[in-house]
Amino acid sequence: MSDPLTPYLWLGALLFTCGVVCMATKRNAIGVLMGVELVLNGANVNFVACAHYNPTFALEGQVFALFTIVLAAAEAAIALAIVLNFYNNHNTVDVDAAEELRG
Amino acid sequence: MDVGTLFFWIIAVVVGLSAIMVVVTQNIVRAAVWLLFTLAGTSVLYFQLNADFVGATQLIVYVGGTLVLVVFGVMLTAQGPFVSLRTGPGEWAVATVAGLLFLGVLMASTTGIKSSGKVIDAPSVQELGEGFLGLIEATKPGQLTGYPEGTPAPDRSRVAYLLPFEIVSVHLLVVLIGAAYLARAKRRSGGHA
Repeated sequence: MSDPLTPYLWLGALLFTCGVVCMATKRNAIGVLMGVELVLNGANVNFVACAHYNPTFALEGQVFALFTIVLAAAEAAIALAIVLNFYNNHNTVDVDAAEELRG
Repeated sequence: MDVGTLFFWIIAVVVGLSAIMVVVTQNIVRAAVWLLFTLAGTSVLYFQLNADFVGATQLIVYVGGTLVLVVFGVMLTAQGPFVSLRTGPGEWAVATVAGLLFLGVLMASTTGIKSSGKVIDAPSVQELGEGFLGLIEATKPGQLTGYPEGTPAPDRSRVAYLLPFEIVSVHLLVVLIGAAYLARAKRRSGGHA
């Protein structure tokens, strides 16, 4: 673990895994949304750390991290709107109750 | 171990533990608070990596915007005080095993990745803005990495990010309209209020 980049990648991996497990286990739809935020944050940590430790992509890492943050905000807004609509119709936010969304 | 490394490990432990607590806790409001610690700690890491603008954006957009949105979502969908959505122990066992396996795969695959060894000054906000505005001079010239030893690495072409910037802007507008349309007040049948 002599490379200074490795701990950042490990932290990103931990955040990603926590997000995936959160998405899989939470029954509250907003909890699933929090899992998505964790996943995107793990990816962002990797972007910024690689931008810092690889001078060729110093600009790109930060630019992509900014895009990710903006898209995550948009995704949170639209997902919460869907959750609110679902709650209005079904009086619950349990994702197991969303049977007609199976397609 | 120098001060920077120690600082990183302290922040990393805080971020990792609160991320785990987001998963473990059953109360959705507590999960939101743990998520706040995770996001704020990540922004501190960005500051430590000299990515000042990204760190500030993380604080403003994530901690200030998205998290408030999530908390409002929790409050608007609050059910009775004793209704809680619990995950069964079998699901926990499967999720934990799968998660640990996945974490092991990810850590094993990221361990071999080498940094280039030299660290230059982070791009300033001016350079970021010029890159977003389409000035290809903002991106630094450099050589592509990841080539095996001996082969000459080709120069990368300089690029700028005006088109993605515009796409993201239009995307945000579409999302704004879509979210307002989806979350509009529901008209109950019978009463045209």
